[in-house]
Amino acid sequence: MKQVFAKPKALNDEIMHYCPGCGHGVAHRLVAEALDHYDITGRTVGVAPVGCSVLMYDYFNCDIIEAPHGRAPAVATGMKRSRSDLIVFAYQGDGDLASIGLAEIVHAANRGENITVIFINNTVYGMTGGQMAPTTLLGQKTTTSPYGRNFNTDGYPIRMAEMLAPLEGTTYVARMSLDKPVNILKARKSVFKAFEMQINNVGFSFVELLTICPTNWGMDSMESIKRIQDEMIPYFPLGVFKEKETEDYI
Amino acid sequence: MTEQKRILVKGNEAVGMGAIRAGCLYYFGYPITPQNEIPEFMSRELPRHDGEFVQAESELASINMVLGASAVGVRSMTSSSSPGISLMQEGLSYLAGQELPAVVINVVRCGPGLGGIATSQGDYFQAVKGGGHGDYRVITLAPASVQEMYDHTILAFDLADRYRNPTMVLADAVLGQMQEPIFEHGDVPPEPRKHWTLTGAANRPARHLKSLYLKEGELEAHNRMLQEKYREIQKHEVRFEEYDVDDAQLVVAAFGTSARIARTAVSRAREKGLKVGLFRPVTVFPFPGMRLCSLSERVKKFLVVEMNTGQMVEDVRLNVKGDTEVEFYGRPGGAIPTPVEVLTQIERHY
Ligand SMILES: Cc1ncc(C[n+]2csc(CCOP(=O)(O)OP(=O)(O)O)c2C)c(N)n1
Ligand code: SF4
Repeated sequence: MKQVFAKPKALNDEIMHYCPGCGHGVAHRLVAEALDHYDITGRTVGVAPVGCSVLMYDYFNCDIIEAPHGRAPAVATGMKRSRSDLIVFAYQGDGDLASIGLAEIVHAANRGENITVIFINNTVYGMTGGQMAPTTLLGQKTTTSPYGRNFNTDGYPIRMAEMLAPLEGTTYVARMSLDKPVNILKARKSVFKAFEMQINNVGFSFVELLTICPTNWGMDSMESIKRIQDEMIPYFPLGVFKEKETEDYI
Repeated sequence: MTEQKRILVKGNEAVGMGAIRAGCLYYFGYPITPQNEIPEFMSRELPRHDGEFVQAESELASINMVLGASAVGVRSMTSSSSPGISLMQEGLSYLAGQELPAVVINVVRCGPGLGGIATSQGDYFQAVKGGGHGDYRVITLAPASVQEMYDHTILAFDLADRYRNPTMVLADAVLGQMQEPIFEHGDVPPEPRKHWTLTGAANRPARHLKSLYLKEGELEAHNRMLQEKYREIQKHEVRFEEYDVDDAQLVVAAFGTSARIARTAVSRAREKGLKVGLFRPVTVFPFPGMRLCSLSERVKKFLVVEMNTGQMVEDVRLNVKGDTEVEFYGRPGGAIPTPVEVLTQIERHY
């Protein structure tokens, strides 16, 4: 029989600990497919965040280090500057990247570090039990915004892709969604492009992925996917915000 | 071949020279007085050696850049002064937990808070008792001359690599800023082979560097293993210096700049016929407690001199025999005890 679908080689057989429906599994797969596609698993080092995906080192067949909460871009900078032959990617949640690690991501991007950052936007702090994140939508109830996020007291949800795209140091910035197959295929293309940028030594690449957290949204998977479409995408528009050509640098 | 040419340099520059001599080609740091000559030196020299200098956005970032560089197997370092070292405590805890070698230079200034840029030894507790969260230790060297700023930087890389542990050079503003002639010697111990680095899983299973252990009993075992390592460090790496302790009735104990001042006071006391000696810990973790304990069998009294309100004195009291008297003289907040002040204390307690 002809095999038409298989697990990427960059992922191992470990059973993932993520909740049913969680977006991390799909996002992992896209990264793994990129490692397979460019045949770079053997020279890639991943930087795991503090968040639900801290355990990603259990699932990938590439070397992985755990960074303190929010510091993944700094750790990735230290690695890439010391061993420019390695492919270095950071994988971060929205609490990790957009809150505690905001300085690290902005400055790594601004320096144009030749690294790839995959940013998981699920509008909550998953690991700690669903508290408000910088990306939590207005009106969204979380365990620390029990009456709904209020801009008077909590500010507005941060759009990271739009924040990083204007920085001169970034070369590829996109926001994609993992809500349905057609969008997942687009996201896949984006993740591939982001790694390609690094392989071509073009500079800092960033892909934001809108994902679901059914557990902390208090919804089932189907309702969660609908929430991405009805609430998240209108506030976090999808698209490629910036794409420089290799030629721009030569 | 050892070069026998003496050159006049600042303590901070000696750190940079020692680091490059030790093969450290990757520096990450954030400006803060009184250590700016270190990043300035590295930003000038590293590009000439095919290395990398990154001015980080904060000390949080610089210590984590060091963590990344260390993980891929290169020698790297950062330097700062007290407020910046406070920001690095999270990173130091992770480095210790992941067993990553790293060299951190602290050119201590006075606190608490923004404090001031004058010299101090107020970061002793932070350096030797942990500083960050969790049960861990940082190997800590206490230079007392510009030559030692150079030597200890080289030694710090060696110890960090051999024990896979962060190592700090605990200097102070005086040591960083003063100029003294030094010898640049060539004897650098060979870098040990590192079979744990993250350099791509091409021909081997994937490796992970982590400090998270969730399975029952795993973290306790990890902690016990770390403590075993710290005991090995205690056993093999204690370093100290003594002057005139053999017949001493009173021994002054001091580290770093205080020890230099105390040494002058001790020689003046000797000139006056007082049987006084000096004990200088060169490593403050591991602390030379055993030696202090055996000294206390015949020395009646210790006088601890520090540029703080009494930190190392606690370690001295912990280690000397029960009935030994331990006196303290300290000047905090940027004040430097003079040899005359220390001599007065010696005469008072003799
Ligand atoms: C310094 C520090 N502060 C707080 C925490 C607790 N903490 C762990 S994960 C996390 C938030 C993770 O949320 P996010 O980055 O959105 O990732 P997710 O779990 O949703 O994938 C927090 C606050 C920590 N580990 N370290
Ligand atoms: S809590 Fe949310 S982000 Fe974390 S594993 Fe579960 S679904 Fe995924």
